[in-house]
Amino acid sequence: MITLILRDLRIAVRAGGGFGLSLAFFFIIVIFFPFSIGPNLDLLSKVAPGTLWVGALLACLLSLERIFALDFEDGTLDLLATSPIPLEGVVIAKAFVHWLTTGLPLILLTPFLGVLLGLQTSGIIFLITSLIFGTPALSIIGTFGAALTVGIKRGGLLLSILVLPLYIPTLIFGAEAARRGSEGFEMQTSILLLLGVTLLSWAILPFAAASVLRINLR
Amino acid sequence: MSFWEYANPVKFLKLSGNLLPYCSTLAAIMILTGLGWGFFFTPDDYKQGATVKILYVHVPSAFVAINAWFMMLIASIVWLVRRHHVSALAAKAAAPIGIAMTVVGLVTGALWGQPMWGTWWEWDPKLTSFLILFLFYLGYIALWAAVEDPDTAADLTSVLCIVGSVFAALSRYATVFWNQGLHQDASLSIDKEEHVADVFYYPLIVVMAGFVLLFITLVLLNTRSEIMMRRASAIMARGKI
Repeated sequence: MITLILRDLRIAVRAGGGFGLSLAFFFIIVIFFPFSIGPNLDLLSKVAPGTLWVGALLACLLSLERIFALDFEDGTLDLLATSPIPLEGVVIAKAFVHWLTTGLPLILLTPFLGVLLGLQTSGIIFLITSLIFGTPALSIIGTFGAALTVGIKRGGLLLSILVLPLYIPTLIFGAEAARRGSEGFEMQTSILLLLGVTLLSWAILPFAAASVLRINLR
Repeated sequence: MSFWEYANPVKFLKLSGNLLPYCSTLAAIMILTGLGWGFFFTPDDYKQGATVKILYVHVPSAFVAINAWFMMLIASIVWLVRRHHVSALAAKAAAPIGIAMTVVGLVTGALWGQPMWGTWWEWDPKLTSFLILFLFYLGYIALWAAVEDPDTAADLTSVLCIVGSVFAALSRYATVFWNQGLHQDASLSIDKEEHVADVFYYPLIVVMAGFVLLFITLVLLNTRSEIMMRRASAIMARGKI
């Protein structure tokens, strides 16, 4: 499994892996909000947590298709399915790599974007906390969606239609936690609920994703 | 004689063919009676006036919209466990009806909300979770349409239905949580069944039963045509080879 994780990481970071793409996309999406809403920093700092969450979610979505597509095309996925690692383990490894290459960089970029949108330091800290707890859920849910659509040609748009509704609980709890935090309210409940969603997703979705992969590889 | 015998498409076609005329007639009678009763023979509400009568379409369609999803969930599980094709097709057949009922529920709700709450739309937990339900139906139908092999499509949509149910339930509670943070508008919680006066309640029950029968009729019809389509494509495939 560690070998698999390292292999996928190497592929993602090398040229053509599209490692920086979702990061750049996240950056552009977020700086487009001031253009559309107006340069009023008061207003921007109010919508900043939600903006950054939606941006992170969309950037995450952009990179989902790559999780299985290449391995499916060149037959690696068939080999993985017959290898001694259970397919559930493969799914977990893939989702983990997706988080390392998308979720983690997004979190690291967030403080700078938070400053651009006029968030206070405390607000940024709360936002980052909520992203740390929430983005793993985005990765595993997305991996499930990618596994569902792996056999479909031009499944990109379908993938977003399938995955976005599944993102709703994560988005609500995550953005709620970030907003409450930045406005100085108590945020423990929403953080705990967010963590609950994340853990639940990691507990059940590897099995669901592995079962749909088996169906698609049939 | 077990219930599972009707998983055989031939038996299912025969039984559903026999049931259909009764179901559809009864549905028509009940809906017409209930609506006629509700529209013309019940008084206007003292506060809401005649708009209270949207209730007779709004509540039954919402009721069917939610329960159609449950029916799809059960049919999907039956398909995954027992591999009865009729079950998978019934789940497929219910989805368009479910989404149509969701839209009817949302639209009548908006029409009702405009004069009563002074707004077409409010981000109330119930309204929001209905909108989310609409999205889940959309994804489910889109996945059915996208996969070519029918058995693969049935498997994939079944898993999606199960996972979707978990996340739809999560979303339901998330919206309740989320809106409390925004405003405390408990007056908008539409717990109608318990707060409906008897005058409105009895016609409502009749219409609801009618809507359920209508749903059954439409699901049976759709499932039958799906089975026949499946047969037609099997015959065509044989003809080609």
